[in-house]
Amino acid sequence: MTWADLSLIAPELALAAAACAALLQDAWATGPALESRSRGPAAAWIALGGVCAALLLLGVRPAGAAQVGFAGMYVRDGITRVVDLAALAAAGLGVMLSPPYLERFRLPAGEYHALLLLSTAGAMLMGASRNLVLLFLGLEMLSFPLYVLAALARRSRRSQEAGLKYLLLGAFATAFFVYGVALVYGASGTADLSRLGRAPDVPLLHAGVAFLVIGLGFEAALVPFHAWAPDVYEGAPMPATAFMSVIAKVGAFAGLLRLFPQALPQLAPAWGQMLAAIAVATMILGNLAALAQSNVKRLLAYSGVAHAGYILIGIASGGPAGSSAVLYYLLVYVAMNLGAFGVLLLLERRGEEADRVEDLAGLLGRAPWAAVVLAACMVSLAGLPPTAGFIAKLYLFRAALQDHRVALALVGALTSVVSVYYYLRVASVALSAGAADAVAVRHSRFAGVGLALAAAGVLWLGIVPGAITALVQQAVQALR
Amino acid sequence: MLSGYAPVLVHLVLAVLLAAAVLGLHMLVGGRRPTVEKVLPYESGVWPIGSARERVPVRYYLVAMLFILFDVEIVFVYPWAVLVRELGARGIGEMFTFLALLAIGYLYLLKRRALEWE
Amino acid sequence: MPALTHYLVLSALLFCLGLFAVVTRRNGVAILMGIELMLNAANVNLVAFNKFAAPGAMQGQVFALIVITLAACEAAVGLALVLAAYRSLETVYVDEINVMKW
Repeated sequence: MTWADLSLIAPELALAAAACAALLQDAWATGPALESRSRGPAAAWIALGGVCAALLLLGVRPAGAAQVGFAGMYVRDGITRVVDLAALAAAGLGVMLSPPYLERFRLPAGEYHALLLLSTAGAMLMGASRNLVLLFLGLEMLSFPLYVLAALARRSRRSQEAGLKYLLLGAFATAFFVYGVALVYGASGTADLSRLGRAPDVPLLHAGVAFLVIGLGFEAALVPFHAWAPDVYEGAPMPATAFMSVIAKVGAFAGLLRLFPQALPQLAPAWGQMLAAIAVATMILGNLAALAQSNVKRLLAYSGVAHAGYILIGIASGGPAGSSAVLYYLLVYVAMNLGAFGVLLLLERRGEEADRVEDLAGLLGRAPWAAVVLAACMVSLAGLPPTAGFIAKLYLFRAALQDHRVALALVGALTSVVSVYYYLRVASVALSAGAADAVAVRHSRFAGVGLALAAAGVLWLGIVPGAITALVQQAVQALR
Repeated sequence: MLSGYAPVLVHLVLAVLLAAAVLGLHMLVGGRRPTVEKVLPYESGVWPIGSARERVPVRYYLVAMLFILFDVEIVFVYPWAVLVRELGARGIGEMFTFLALLAIGYLYLLKRRALEWE
Repeated sequence: MPALTHYLVLSALLFCLGLFAVVTRRNGVAILMGIELMLNAANVNLVAFNKFAAPGAMQGQVFALIVITLAACEAAVGLALVLAAYRSLETVYVDEINVMKW
């Protein structure tokens, strides 16, 4: 380890330092009482400071050639840059949107922010992996904090159940991932992703790669590894649900991107078919199951499954077009999904989360801006213009057509049409005139700024996508 | 290949046979006059209090869990200790950074009073 | 001298044992133990492959160490969550934990 190595992981280090600071500050301020009555937003400010420092460190590094460190295990290139950006956006919005909720439901703020930052660092490590073991380390660093975040509400039975289910199934999937790492290592004699391209095409390698897909597919909630998603999304405290819904996708798809289009292009015919089949199943099942949901958290869980299917189109298509579409979609997904959850976080029904669709009724009358942001995010999730969701899906389907995967693009387009129904149902309830009594709207300047940023992202990426498109296309140039 | 395991197998068979022979002989020849005192679980001559299937206090799990964490992190210290001379000052710096990170966790536990028994 | 196949068979058996435990056990802690078995199966593989497929390099052994550490973290987080769940749900049997549908 040298100073050059350390400067390479400076953004991750900033996050880890902020996580330690938030944890210690909160422990010092409140002592043994995990859920104390009075606590300032100090932990939130520390976490936000960490995210800003990481963004700054990311920004000052020139976007030039790829730099490799830690004995070739870590790479900072264009893909790392975009994944870091998506992960930090998720962390920043996650921190800004949650203070009102944390205060109302008395969740331990220090632990919440520390876990959120560590999970973000894990996703960033996955995006920077040039070695299967670093990928594994990133996956664990991403998922452990998420298990605890899901169980953070210690008095809520649903939260405890969500945490336990997430942990048991997640650890189970991780075991497959590690076994896959061992098999790939045995088949190729190396765990270095940049040297897997020259590995002999033996059955052991295929078996190993299939095991790796189980581990990453679980984190991304791909069918048939999605069973945890609805229960965990519903049971976890809402800020945790919001954050995990985006960060797990960012990390898992960064890993899939590093693994398939980048490390194993020679096996593209084999894994392309497999991933395309998974993508079709995921899109169909996710969208159809979402149609029947009356709980918004559960609806967004199945919507998350469906979106994992869309993003997988880009991985299955491979090449620069598919990879850049995946990166673009991740950025868009962070903004629109956190925007939608951010509005829900402001609501409260008799001391509980307002997570039913009908709780949104009459939102326009009481919090017009929140209702408009929610509607914009729903339109974007449905993939309608002029929002970012439309452009992002366009890129994905174009990549599929370029790779002559017409069926994949067709299923994607058809299931998107289906999804319009359930997204717009939520939006129309929020914009309707009725009033859900007993639902209170909390106002918070901190959360307001977060919502405004998310909404701005959704519109900006949809109306003037030029700058970000150039960024993601530059990121995947090395794949040519 | 597998013939290399033949001695192990022979040893295994012999061990099982011997144990079975000794126990069987005892059953056949030895006397057996059970009394209440003899069949009780032995607790230093004191009458047993309650069942052996007692619940363990929850605190025990907490301490055990924390112990696992700190115990296993030591796995990285062993290879470092073997090579400490070759690694020089930088190696010492790296290891103490690692230990400092563990210490942060320890500080957190102290402040949250997770290590206090009662 | 055992050959690579021996280790691979041992590892595959361990993995299947762990898998069996995870699928059949109802106790959350027992499921965690099954998962540990699966992780250790991967460790056996890593060390064996290091010896036979990539001799001279230490990569596989170092990876095994990393996996051991992460497995310990997993056990700690797992025990903590099982414990917390026990406090509010009053059971560690996963088939009795069904506030929400599975």
